[in-house]
Amino acid sequence: MSENPKKTFLYLNRKAPYGTIYALESLEVVLIGAAFEQDVALAFLDDGVFQLAEGQNAAGIGMKTFAKTYRALGDFEVRRLYVERESLTERGLSIEDLMPIVHEDENEDYAQMPSIRVVDRAELARLIGASDVVLSF
Amino acid sequence: MRIAVVINEGPYTHQASDSALQFVRAALDKGHEIFRVFFYHDGVNNGTRLTVPPQDDRNLQRAWSELALTKNLDLVVCIAAAQRRGVLDAKEAKRQGKDGDNIAPGFRISGLGQLIEAGIQADRLVTFGD
Repeated sequence: MSENPKKTFLYLNRKAPYGTIYALESLEVVLIGAAFEQDVALAFLDDGVFQLAEGQNAAGIGMKTFAKTYRALGDFEVRRLYVERESLTERGLSIEDLMPIVHEDENEDYAQMPSIRVVDRAELARLIGASDVVLSF
Repeated sequence: MRIAVVINEGPYTHQASDSALQFVRAALDKGHEIFRVFFYHDGVNNGTRLTVPPQDDRNLQRAWSELALTKNLDLVVCIAAAQRRGVLDAKEAKRQGKDGDNIAPGFRISGLGQLIEAGIQADRLVTFGD
């Protein structure tokens, strides 16, 4: 793929982690897509902010808890996770309710840097507008 | 313009596949290129040839198959999503020990890399579905 110019991919995650399969199958695209070495960011909005909620356990509903996969995204060079502020507020959540997700920054002596950034709705709209490819799940 | 299309919902419950079909026809009529149509989530169910809709209703699978064969479209069903939902081609059915396949003419089963590649290669990636 190296002969192709890099594109900016933005994955929009809009649905709760359980109840529908969209969150899980979105992650599958992100993980496969990582092999293509594009410029990737994820955004979490609407009920999608629940995907990053701390302390998930889906055992009671007979499903696999896949939340820990988000913590591994840094290993796949996925380092930018935007969370929409309004979506958090509307659901009574704040960044303290989300699991800490970090990545190693080679420019900072491999220090662990936070991957989650809370942005407001207008900023998210700007990010969507600036992306080449937007995949919405 | 080179356009890629993603369909994320199955036939009939949602209008996504109908809208995508009409969009693809209109784009081709305007002289655009359809790089690929990628079926994901329940969208893979558009690719089974075993649907039998009422005779006075549209037959979405047949419409896609005919369009694919006449316009040389690349209709790709995601393999991971298809396996979950029971959409198999002959090779996959044999590999999984199933007694039959159901992939419709003009469709092929492949991986998610085909979706990413479509995003890279196309000028526009247009998504249909919730």
